[in-house]
Amino acid sequence: MTKKIVQIENVGQSFDTKKGPYVALREINLDIREGESIALIGHSGCGKSTLLNLIAGLTLPSSGVMLCDGREIAGPGPERAVVFQNHSLLPWLTCFDNVYLAVERVFGAREGKARLRERTHAALDLVGLSHAENKHPHEISGGMKQRVGIARALSMQPRILLMDEPFGALDALTRANLQDELMKILAATKATMVMVTHDVDEAVLLSDRVIMLTNGPAATIGEILEVDIERPRDRLALAHDAHFGECRAAIMEFLYNKQLKRAA
Amino acid sequence: MSAISITTSPPVAEPVATQPLPAQTAARPALQAADSVEARSPTLGERIAPAAGKVVRALVAMISGMGLLLAIWWAVSSRIDMFPGPVVTWHAAVELLSDPFYSNGPNDMGIGWNVLYSLGRVGVGFGLAALVGIPLGFVVGRFKFMNMATEPVIGLLRPVSPLAWLPIGLLVFQEANLAAIWVIFICSIWPMIMNTAAGVRSVPQDYLNVARVLNLSEWKIVTRILFPAVLPNILTGVRLAIGTAWLVIVAAEMLTGGVGIGFWVWDEWNNLKVEHIIIAIFIIGIVGLILEQALMLVARRFSYESR
Ligand SMILES: Nc1ncnc2c1ncn2[C@@H]1O[C@H](COP(=O)(O)OP(=O)(O)OP(=O)(O)O)[C@@H](O)[C@H]1O
Ligand SMILES: [Mg+2]
Repeated sequence: MTKKIVQIENVGQSFDTKKGPYVALREINLDIREGESIALIGHSGCGKSTLLNLIAGLTLPSSGVMLCDGREIAGPGPERAVVFQNHSLLPWLTCFDNVYLAVERVFGAREGKARLRERTHAALDLVGLSHAENKHPHEISGGMKQRVGIARALSMQPRILLMDEPFGALDALTRANLQDELMKILAATKATMVMVTHDVDEAVLLSDRVIMLTNGPAATIGEILEVDIERPRDRLALAHDAHFGECRAAIMEFLYNKQLKRAA
Repeated sequence: MSAISITTSPPVAEPVATQPLPAQTAARPALQAADSVEARSPTLGERIAPAAGKVVRALVAMISGMGLLLAIWWAVSSRIDMFPGPVVTWHAAVELLSDPFYSNGPNDMGIGWNVLYSLGRVGVGFGLAALVGIPLGFVVGRFKFMNMATEPVIGLLRPVSPLAWLPIGLLVFQEANLAAIWVIFICSIWPMIMNTAAGVRSVPQDYLNVARVLNLSEWKIVTRILFPAVLPNILTGVRLAIGTAWLVIVAAEMLTGGVGIGFWVWDEWNNLKVEHIIIAIFIIGIVGLILEQALMLVARRFSYESR
């Protein structure tokens, strides 16, 4: 558990815009331990997706160093699967084929077609979408698309699972189910997870540490909260857990007191 | 795919009110109105009338447009000697089209053969242009350097009338038929390159990010992501190209001679059979319309519902 899988050292990110450079992130310092679950929380537009994209390697930092397994992150790769905020399914492929594309890429060299199909079915089954396998993305709801995106990422059995508000478009019940499934998968695979979320309960329930970002522009890490709750976690029991309540309160305090006041 | 999208078009639009509202029933397609004949017979008249009215209006508009064309034609023909009117032309057409595929040697073949020869040249020239132009469009769209290298060349050559290339074709190929195909090739290739390249450049970054995370091979990126994403643009290019090619072949054949609808027109002018020229104009128009519509059908078949 103590091995550092991702190291972020003094990272800043600025974008070239028509009105000159826009500094989105500055002086981000964070070490992510192997097997750890991390939640990124902060107000809309503060730079959560930007930070996640940096870890994914989809964008490279303007300054500072990003390491994965001790090596500089030079680009994306299938060991760091991403669940995109806007699901990013390919509209010309069925749900099955969207997942299969990922499965084939990761396991195609070692396994036969039948096994690859099995993996794809299993991934879709996990998110409760077996019945929609042969539908195209435009034929399913927003929440279902999001779930296909999650299935695609999980099917790759990544070492690091990067999720950008994966449960945002789901109803409470589906969301709770998927959160529980996700915790089981992470426990079984020992994968590392970084999840962007707006939901305070979700952040506490799922993660070992909650990273709170200050408001942009030039956002940085404001506070880090250690969530000291034993696993496996049971959402019903936690409702009465004192530490759970403290964690929630600390995040709310940060978001609605410190950050909103600062923004005002 | 399009069939599926029809079934999913939301039944939400179904009016909830039990009283039939004229505005909503009017918006209903004719087919659905026919389906519900038994269930809601009292409103049958209300349902069919607006749909039928639409069809009638379209028919009336079409007939009056065509009628106007005929009237102008008739007016002009009655004032100019030698200019055959609609009736004369109709009789000539019946005679001409009663045996479109006769063949008395290369200088005297039926109109059907002439059209087919022209279509053949368009097909070959256009096919070669697609074979070269579409892959080239991918390369130009995907690699900035190639784009910068080809942009001035294409910018310079594209506005040139394709017929200006005919002498070059005659010089290089020493053969009229190949020269005509060459002209078709040249005029078809620009829209294919430009539309394909524009399509590749506008592929949403989201799709490319998926490819990057999966670390797909360049081959998989092209076949699974770029090609499907760009297909609608390619088909636009193809449609523009075939329209131009069909325009140009008539002119090219007038210059090169041989069997083909273009030279046939020129030949009939030399024989002063003006009614045949008018028939040819209609045939050229109809063939062009069919080509266009066929490609529209293909395009619709391959267009996916995005998002
Ligand atoms: N490619 C870009 N070019 C210019 N500005 C950008 C770019 N990407 C992000 N930004 C800016 O950086 C800031 C952070 O964006 P980001 O998408 O990371 O926010 P976020 O925290 O994910 O917000 P949300 O919760 O709404 O998804 C925003 O102000 C945004 O406008
Ligand atoms: Mg975001």
